Amino acid sequence: MWSFHRWFERHSLILLIGILVVVSIGGLVQITPLFFIESTIERVEGVRPYTPLELAGRQIYIREGCYVCHSQMIRPLRDEVERYGHYSLAAESMYDHPFQWGSKRSGPDLARVGGRYSDEWHRAHLEDPRAVVPESVMPPYAFLARKPLDLAQMGEHLRVNRVLRVPYTDAQLVNAAADARAQAEPLGEDAYDFSKRYPTADIRDFDGDPRRVTEMDALIAYLQMLGTGVDFEAFQAEAPDNQR
Amino acid sequence: MGAAARSSQNRFDAFFIALIVFCALCYTIWGAARATDAAFEIQMWTAIIALLGGAFMLVGSVASGSNEDVRTKYQNDVIKAGVVASMFWGIAGFLVGVIIAFQLAFPNLFYFEQWGWTNFGRLRPLHTNAVIFAFGGNVLITTSFYVVQRTCRARLAGGLWPWFVFWGFQLVIVLAGTGYLLGVTQGKEYAELPWYTDIWLTIVWVAYLLVFLGTIWRRQEKHIYVANWFYLAFIVTVAMLHIINNLAIPVSFTGWFSYSLFSGVQDALTQWWYGHNAVGFFLTAGFLGIMYYFIPKQADRPVYSYRLSIIHFWALIFLYIWAGPHHLHYTALPQWAQTLGATFSIMLWMPSWGGMINGLMTLSGAWDKLRTDPVLRMLVVSVAFYGMSTFEGPVMSIRAVNSLSHYTDWTIGHVHSGALGWVGFVSFGALYCLTPWLWRRKGLFSAALVEWHFWLSTIGIVLYITSMWVAGVMQGLMWRAYNQFGFLEYAFVETVEAMHPYYIIRALGGTLFLLGALIMAYNLWRTATSDEPAQQRVGDAPVSGVAVAAE
Repeated sequence: MWSFHRWFERHSLILLIGILVVVSIGGLVQITPLFFIESTIERVEGVRPYTPLELAGRQIYIREGCYVCHSQMIRPLRDEVERYGHYSLAAESMYDHPFQWGSKRSGPDLARVGGRYSDEWHRAHLEDPRAVVPESVMPPYAFLARKPLDLAQMGEHLRVNRVLRVPYTDAQLVNAAADARAQAEPLGEDAYDFSKRYPTADIRDFDGDPRRVTEMDALIAYLQMLGTGVDFEAFQAEAPDNQR
Repeated sequence: MGAAARSSQNRFDAFFIALIVFCALCYTIWGAARATDAAFEIQMWTAIIALLGGAFMLVGSVASGSNEDVRTKYQNDVIKAGVVASMFWGIAGFLVGVIIAFQLAFPNLFYFEQWGWTNFGRLRPLHTNAVIFAFGGNVLITTSFYVVQRTCRARLAGGLWPWFVFWGFQLVIVLAGTGYLLGVTQGKEYAELPWYTDIWLTIVWVAYLLVFLGTIWRRQEKHIYVANWFYLAFIVTVAMLHIINNLAIPVSFTGWFSYSLFSGVQDALTQWWYGHNAVGFFLTAGFLGIMYYFIPKQADRPVYSYRLSIIHFWALIFLYIWAGPHHLHYTALPQWAQTLGATFSIMLWMPSWGGMINGLMTLSGAWDKLRTDPVLRMLVVSVAFYGMSTFEGPVMSIRAVNSLSHYTDWTIGHVHSGALGWVGFVSFGALYCLTPWLWRRKGLFSAALVEWHFWLSTIGIVLYITSMWVAGVMQGLMWRAYNQFGFLEYAFVETVEAMHPYYIIRALGGTLFLLGALIMAYNLWRTATSDEPAQQRVGDAPVSGVAVAAE
């Protein structure tokens, strides 16, 4: 039996092919079905694509490495559901390229942080975390409030997302940069058009600085929408359709 | 005949490398000119400077005729460079680790409001990538180049290509590191490299595979030695993981941001399929290649069991690839995938310990050397740490345990028992072996300093992992604690506060580990620069058809 192994030891290409076959099996069996099995992601009412401002905020969230300390995945365990809210559904991250579930909670989970705190709280907390939470070990992000948001590529961001099958409409694509500004300017002239294109999105001056749209606006807009899409009063986890 | 054939071949590889450098220069200059954001522009300028430096080195190397493909000699220069680079990036990576450990212990002292780039979120990817890919990667490339030559009795193939692999990989590191400080990241753990650096790494990696395979094709031994199986599995599997997990569409070809091809659940599993096998193939299979060469060599004993090494190899690479979903227990990933991941993780315990036994039992008949040879002791203790963390891993992949350990510092402790104990020590052992061999010294500058390094690092590791065990279990228990009225006992921030003493102990442990590495660097430096006359090691040359030239 052991002499059979000579084939691998004497022929580098047979060894190479053997390795490739052996290491491919696990991934093929585990990953490919996820793209085909219907029940992997159950359709849920209320999940919508990000608005341009939220998408820009998400880019800042990624850029600053928030995911290394904050998860966005509430497990169906009693204490987590009581602490953070309803456990996370697969559909809630279906437009997340890439996903931001995280792997470590040096800080709390953020999957449903949206609406939990006021914009003012987020602003004060991001600028100096220990001014609000003295025991916190989070770094300060005051510079976000001083950086104007770069919107030049906003349309491209949405376009790439649409290529990846995030359902943005043509009107949303064309008006991406204007929509990003409009969401942070409740009294601006585009606010009405914006609210028609994104009926469930909040329009507020998130950073409290009416003069300009900053990275702070974007990040807080993103944080404030996290986990707010699905109406869990109406969502029935026990319904037969959700028990497949 | 030989000389003419060699030099024409030399020009051939120089031509192709020049072509790659030229294309890369064209792209980076165009990118710098049309950059859509400042971070991308800085990245491009960094690359331009590096590529120009590379072009100069290429011209110099061809003009001077050094690096000719002299088949009667081993290619040692690139390995020497690799030893220096490994040590350098190791210390850089450990240093960043110590800094971020202190940030968590003393946030008021180690964060600077005006310097966003020193925040934990930017430095942590810098630390993980520096230690895994910069330090670990350099150790793997360096040792694999050494081992494949000696076990095949053939000079490294490809003329200048090994140098392309070496410098190309350093460019990946520099682009990655400066990029993380600028906030250039894909937002996937251990796969933070932006899309253009991913492409460059792919080119370098294919060159690496070809150099390695090319050397095997030149071999003068019938059999391919077991260490090379592991290196080969590491190289091809990492290529597969890297390419698939990093599939993305850039927003602009002159900007750094890209959107991953996958989203949500599918992206999560692809990422942890990659992430766990970065552990399995980068940090395990490759370093097992080191174990299978350096422990027998240093102990002067044959590998314990040939058959065990066959089982070890195939079982390990087959099972590892399934283990990824254990990072996603209780998440929105379908449960069948979670269960499959946990089952294979537990099975993985067997080949892991099979490999450990094969490494440890290689010492049978030579156990006394542990007392006298601190380098061998370091190698053996690394295998012991390997056994420990490959036992802890399957335990943590059990759902009930994972519900407690996941998201806590227990995971961080587990990773470091593997990374500091196994990867760190086996690398140190290999570098301690290589330095006197390559610079042709009788031995190391100081065995006593190796003892100091060994004990400082061991104490450091013990402080690190025990503090993280306590911290992690405590965190997990506090999160799920209820009071007598049925309410959650602790606010989240109370669990953060409770970590404070353990974060201090952890930072001290890391400092000791860094201190050990600094002592090591000094020791290696003194060994390499000693004025003792160089001595050719007996038989350290490929035996080829041409008579071996006496040196």
